[in-house]
Formats: sequence, structure tokens, C-alpha cells
Amino acid sequence: MNRLLTAAWDWFDARMPTVGEEWRKHASEYYAPKNFNFWYYFGALSILVLVIQIVSGIFLTMHYKPDAGLAFGSVEYIMRDVPGGWLIRYIHSTGASAFFAVVYLHMFRAMLYGSYQQPRELVWIFGVLIYLTLMGEAFFGYLLPWGQMSYWGAQVIVNLFGTIPFIGPDLAIWIRGDYVVGDATLNRFFALHVIALPLALLGLIAAHILALHDVGSNNPDGIDIKKKKDANGHPLDGVPFHPYYTVKDIAGAVVFLAVFCAILFFAPEMGGYFLEYNNFIPADPLKTPEHIAPVWYFTPYYSILRAVPPLFNSQFPGVMAMGLATMILFFLPWLDRSPVRSIRYRGVYYKSALATFVVVFLVLGYLGVKPTTVWGQFGFDAFFLDTKDIATWVARLCTILYFAFFLLMPWYTAIDKCKPEPERVT
Amino acid sequence: MSEAKMDKTRRNLIAATAAVGAAAGAGAAIPFVWSWWPSERAKAAGAPVEVDVSRMEPGELKIVEWRGKPVWVVRRTKEMLDSLKAVTAGLTDPTSSASAQPEYAKNETRALKPEYMVMEGVCTHLGCSPQMKGVDARAEMGADWAGGFYCACHGSRFDYAGRVFKGAPAPLNLPVPPHIYVSEGTILIGEDKKGA
Repeated sequence: MNRLLTAAWDWFDARMPTVGEEWRKHASEYYAPKNFNFWYYFGALSILVLVIQIVSGIFLTMHYKPDAGLAFGSVEYIMRDVPGGWLIRYIHSTGASAFFAVVYLHMFRAMLYGSYQQPRELVWIFGVLIYLTLMGEAFFGYLLPWGQMSYWGAQVIVNLFGTIPFIGPDLAIWIRGDYVVGDATLNRFFALHVIALPLALLGLIAAHILALHDVGSNNPDGIDIKKKKDANGHPLDGVPFHPYYTVKDIAGAVVFLAVFCAILFFAPEMGGYFLEYNNFIPADPLKTPEHIAPVWYFTPYYSILRAVPPLFNSQFPGVMAMGLATMILFFLPWLDRSPVRSIRYRGVYYKSALATFVVVFLVLGYLGVKPTTVWGQFGFDAFFLDTKDIATWVARLCTILYFAFFLLMPWYTAIDKCKPEPERVT
Repeated sequence: MSEAKMDKTRRNLIAATAAVGAAAGAGAAIPFVWSWWPSERAKAAGAPVEVDVSRMEPGELKIVEWRGKPVWVVRRTKEMLDSLKAVTAGLTDPTSSASAQPEYAKNETRALKPEYMVMEGVCTHLGCSPQMKGVDARAEMGADWAGGFYCACHGSRFDYAGRVFKGAPAPLNLPVPPHIYVSEGTILIGEDKKGA
């Protein structure tokens, strides 16, 4: 049997050697640092979630109807009548939140260990593009159930483009294909969600991984393992990705899937944070829900949008601030002037800045799911208080700190007192 | 191939072919971008609507659909109209000079007849539909709330003439759609004068 398999492989390899070459290049002879820790699970896990989303998504399209008159009913049909339909839909909706959870942790890992620094700037840029595409994917997908939150969420986001000076109003009509969010909007968002953006996502992920494998992986010490090589030219501190990290990632996948299934079976709506209650009401263009908030993974940016007051009779500054909050990520490799990569050898300035950033991001995220009145109002009046909602002022402070983390980075990383890096990984 | 041997004509031909190919590629996007504009069917929808206001209670809010948008008709009480004068200091655009309304509604009460307020129930911030909150909602809206509308999406507040309060993310007052009284108790929304 074994000889037969070897013979079959040799036959194949003689005719299409590319497969074997690529396998060796990207797996069995791709040397990754041997000191990967917990934070290095999330790249592989996001690939796993991508596969889960593609498979469950394909099966959802077999029962879903992208028609404003039929969409809501077809989702309820999937939930009630299609055998196992509820499971497939909950896999897809839980998968959406899981995708952002692992991607946020993956991005945080890059900030911990300076993985975006030279020579991995392109890896980071492709990563940010993946993140933005994922946001689009989530937004287009959220309209499809045609519930109240779908409808009003799309209304708000499309109107963000409507605030752009001069071209805005026409641009919003062009995006919707109608004067209001309607059947034309739903139909095109469906096309974007199921084919256009997934194709873009696959291309970007391929570019992300190829760019990574060309320069090699970073590690928790942030030092270059290619400097010390053995007699065969392999890094002394590297191990082949396969089987070492394929096996490690399988162990991570098992734990991840246990958590995923626990949510899937016991709390698929996650108390309204993964699937909002208002989305179980069909879309009604005449009635905005009492409290509207995006799904949790968008709320930090939503808070920034809400925090910025209008200037010159235009709400465009808030939209700009929200857009810049995501765009600024692209510049991170050039904002960081630190001589070391890893948090382990950085000084107190970067450590406190990153800690503040995490707190600020979480506070903005929390405020984004709550109404602006959540923390009550100031008991006094002053000329500069254009609003007395305490939460709005906290969100404004957090917005300033969010941007300060990036804009002051060239300064505080340059004067930070870093520790010496080790010669070999620890 | 050395510089001397390079065939200039062929190289120019390659460049010209590439340029024309790129232009054709960009041109090919036009029909696809074009297809995203509203269809003829979408453009045809949107005729004016008639509202019977004769049987409205004082203080009542009526919502009608016009061009897919909610249009509010409020029969304002005397208290509601009085509140309009009291709140002007706190408004972003008290005279509605920057806001959208027909010339005949650019007055103190933003209406043809002060008693009936007609406005689009679409927040000028990002298009949510606010809710009417009377003075009985003071517990939630603050002690100095004189009644009006509140947009739960992003916290904008408006008075009973749809004028926005300072500190709200909404920059402008709620728009007033074109409308006309076709009889004593009937308003036609979407048209200014008969036959227009």
C-alpha cells in the first residue's frame, strides 16, 4: 500500500512538481521561530473561521432569497423549516463575531511584538486591507436578513457617504440604487457579500501569507532568527512549520471550536450582541428602533463617529474622524520609531501607551452599544458644554487618546528607554 | 539586447498598445458603474400623497410615507407652540437659515398654518427616524426638556418645529417637504401648487 502511494506521488510529482515545491516552501521547509506563544494561534484560527464562513455561507444561499419582499421570510424559513437550517445560520452569525474576535487578537499580537515593523510593512498593509474588506463583508451581510437593525444600520452607513461634501448625496443614491434603502440595495449587497468581497478577501489573504513567507515570521522576542544558521543553512531558532506548527494549531483549533460550539449551542444571540433583538422584527422604513447600535465589532468606531460634534453645519467631520481611525492603521509601520520590536524590550512609554490604547478601545466599544445618556448628565452648566451627556464627553476624551496613540508614536517610541535584545530567542 | 539594437518603432508600439489596452479596460468599467444608478422603475415611484388632518387630536403625530420616507404631521397644541419661543437660545439654527424648507415654511413656526407642522421624520445626521418625546419624558430627557423629538441613534434633539438643539450630532433642522392645503382639512405632500 505504502509503495503504491509513493509510486502515485512520484507519478504526480514528475508531471506537476509545483505542488511539491510549494508545499516544501510554505510548510515542510518553512522555518518559523521556535518560540511562538499563545498569541500566535489567531492567524491560523482566522483561516479556520474563513473556511467555516465560506461553507456555511454557500449553504445559506441555497435557501435565502435576496428580495426585499421575501428576504426576512426566507431567513425565518431557514430557521424553522429547513432541516438543520437554524444550525447553519447560527454557525454563520457566530462565525462573523468569531472572525472579528480572532482578527482583533491577531492585530493586537502584531502591536505587542512589533510584527508590522521593517521588513514586514507589506504584511501589515495587506492585513489592514483584509480587516477593511472584512468590515465591508460584515456590513453587507448584515443587511441580508432585512430586519429592523439590518435596514437602519444600512441607512446610517450609506448616509455616511452622503455627508461627503459636493458628491455625497449623489454617491449615496448611487450606492443604494434608489432614493431610500430598498430592494435594489438588498440585491446588490447580496452580490457583494456572496461573491465580490469573498474573492477580494481570498486574494488579499494569499498576498498576506506570501508576503509573510518571503520575509519570515516575527516572534515574541522580535529578533531576526535568520542571523544564526546551522550548517544546513536553516535558522538555529527555527522549526519547520509542518509538522511543528500544524500540530500546535490543531490543538488551538480544538480549544477554539469548543468555545465556538458552546456559543453556537447555548448563546447564539449572545444576549443581543451577536444577533440584535430588533433584527427579529421585519424592516420598517417608517419606524427607527428605539435604540440603534451596530454589532459589537464596529462599536469603537461608531463611538468616535458619535463623539465628534458637527462643524460648519455638516456632520462630515465625525465621518472623517471615523474613517481616519481605521486609515491611520496603514501608517503604523512608519509611526513606530522604536529600535526594538517586542514589548519585552520596550520602555515604559510604549508599554503605557499600548495599555492606554487597549483601555480606550474597550471603553469606546462599550459606549458604542449604549445610548449617549448611559452615564447621565453633568449637574452644572458651562458655556463650552454643548451637550451635558457625560458619556459623550468620555467618548471625546477616548477619541483624542485613540489618535494620540498613533500621532504621538514617533515621539514617544523615539525617546523610550529600551532594554537590550538577546542574541537568540528566549 | 543592447541599447543600439533596440527597435524604437516596436517599443513605441508596445507602449501604445498597453496604453490603449489600459484605457479600454477602464472604459469597460463604465457600464457596470452605470448599472448602479436608480432604475427607471425606482425613479417612477414617488407620487405626492394626501393626508386628512381634520380628525387629528391636538398633540397627535401622524406618520405618512412619501418617497419611501416617513413624513410627520403634528397637530400642535398652544403649549407646543409656546415652547418654540422658549427654546430658541439653545438651538443650532433657530431661524432655519441654513436648513431645508420651502420659502413659505421659513417662518417662526416653520409651517403654512402654525397648528399643523409637516416635516420629514428623517434625522439630518444619518437618516434615522426620531421619536416624539413630550414634557412627560423629562425623567429621561433632562429637567429642562420642553418637548420635541429625540433621535435614539445618535442622541440628536429637536423641538416641535423640527429645529435641532446645540450639542447634537445633527447639523441642521429637519427638512420640510413641499406641501399645500388642497382643502381646509387635507394636506397634499410632495407638491407646492395644484397641477405643478
